[in-house]
Amino acid sequence: MFLQVILTGALIGSVYSLVAVGLTLVWGLMDIINFAHGDMMMISMYTVFWLYTLLKFDPFVSLPISAGITALLGVLIYKFVIKRVVNAPGLMALLATFGLSLFIRNFAQFLWSPNYRFVGESILSGKRIFLADLIIGLPQLAAALGSIVMTFLIALFIKKTKTGKAIQATAQGRDIAELMGVNTEKIYAITFALSGICVGVAGTLLSGIFPVYPEAGAMYGLLAFVIVALGGFGNIWGAFYAGILIGLTEALGGFYLGTQFKYALAFLIYLLVLQFRPKGLFGW
Amino acid sequence: MPRPLLEIQNVTMKFGNLVANDDVSFSVNEGEIVSLIGPNGAGKTTLFNCISGFYKPVSGKIIFDGKDITGKSTHEITLLGLTRTFQIVKPLKEMTVKENVLTGAFLHAKNKKEAEQIAQKVLQTTHLWEKKDMLAGSLTIADKKRLEIARMLATRPRMMMLDEAMAGLNRTEVKEAMELCLMLNRDGITLLIVEHVMEAIMPISNRVVVLSAGKKIAEGSPEQIINNEEVIKAYLGERYYAKSRQANSRI
Repeated sequence: MFLQVILTGALIGSVYSLVAVGLTLVWGLMDIINFAHGDMMMISMYTVFWLYTLLKFDPFVSLPISAGITALLGVLIYKFVIKRVVNAPGLMALLATFGLSLFIRNFAQFLWSPNYRFVGESILSGKRIFLADLIIGLPQLAAALGSIVMTFLIALFIKKTKTGKAIQATAQGRDIAELMGVNTEKIYAITFALSGICVGVAGTLLSGIFPVYPEAGAMYGLLAFVIVALGGFGNIWGAFYAGILIGLTEALGGFYLGTQFKYALAFLIYLLVLQFRPKGLFGW
Repeated sequence: MPRPLLEIQNVTMKFGNLVANDDVSFSVNEGEIVSLIGPNGAGKTTLFNCISGFYKPVSGKIIFDGKDITGKSTHEITLLGLTRTFQIVKPLKEMTVKENVLTGAFLHAKNKKEAEQIAQKVLQTTHLWEKKDMLAGSLTIADKKRLEIARMLATRPRMMMLDEAMAGLNRTEVKEAMELCLMLNRDGITLLIVEHVMEAIMPISNRVVVLSAGKKIAEGSPEQIINNEEVIKAYLGERYYAKSRQANSRI
């Protein structure tokens, strides 16, 4: 049973990681805390839901569409909200994204009602594999693998490509990057798009497992903050490991102490780590 | 007839009521080394910031290679071939020396291989090749300054502006920096240098422009500047005054 709990935790943890990677990209690059991050994920879940309901698209078919929509949403958020506050004192951006989060959430409620909706069928739903004593749900496995692959691709993109180098350079010194011919505004927009793709993919992968409703992204957004702080701000692999750690904490805590404590435990770990390692477990 | 590459036309820059640059005009010809000197607070760095697009001047024009670049953004100016270093070195600390340079090299490179080649060449010219895998944050101050130049070189500039590239260097390092400047110039890069180390820049400059309290007070060859009474009073001070008197009395 213990192994089963560990496995469940690790699987959901990898999806947390992907959400957090999206957040850490923006945070690390621009020192901007995007409170609307979880709500972007909710939009991706609704995209999958509507494509499924209206057009009978399988969630896995919708993946590129929902990721594209959240990427676009990320760019729009940058162009219309963040760009105006990026050079203002830190609190401004914080309040702006907080307001945006409330707006997106309530607008979703206005458009689509607060009811829970479910994406009934996907090619994987209900399927599971048995491995000795372990039961692995295929939707969960796909969500975890998809998230790990995405995290890997994002890390590779940042490390290896020309745009990735420009993102790193912009994060470490905007003026310097400009002097080397980097259009930093474009880099900011690209980073928001990448961040949107992360939550878009995560939202799609989760929509087959969890209900879709306007508050659906809120808890993930909050957990993502915890994970980013644990992993060290701007550190992609740090966020990845911290995500798994939070997933495990949640699963083990939920199993041994009762599910009502699972988030409390995750936040307790956060408080403890901040006391002893304020720059995160994997921070410098 | 030398062609002006950079023209500063009546540039004025204010911060609130403080006039940092007051109607400054001068030009730098293609292939020249021009020094910009003046006491602290004369507005040298502000002028650099105006030229490189960090500030937009209140009035006046900046022309580079025949194009009006006043108020353009920094990356556009870099793309045209005009770049600068900072007085306080700003390496991208958590990237390696090579990655620092690669970032700039990508500007004109068609692919990664070409960017790598540019980076290698630049690192070799600036004697940083052996340190290419070190984190930029761990370099010595002299090497950080060299990296600053290397990074700019990777963007293939036609003109570089060096903001006190020699401050804080020891005698040997200053000499190396002078040689590097001359070498860059031989390779066809026009230089505009802000510097306080007179011994280093007077011998290598074609012309010197002097700013004081935001205004241009003199312009001319190093010899003319050293003997200019106003410049001596405003900036060069007793040591140079004495030296120039000595020199004059010998004549």
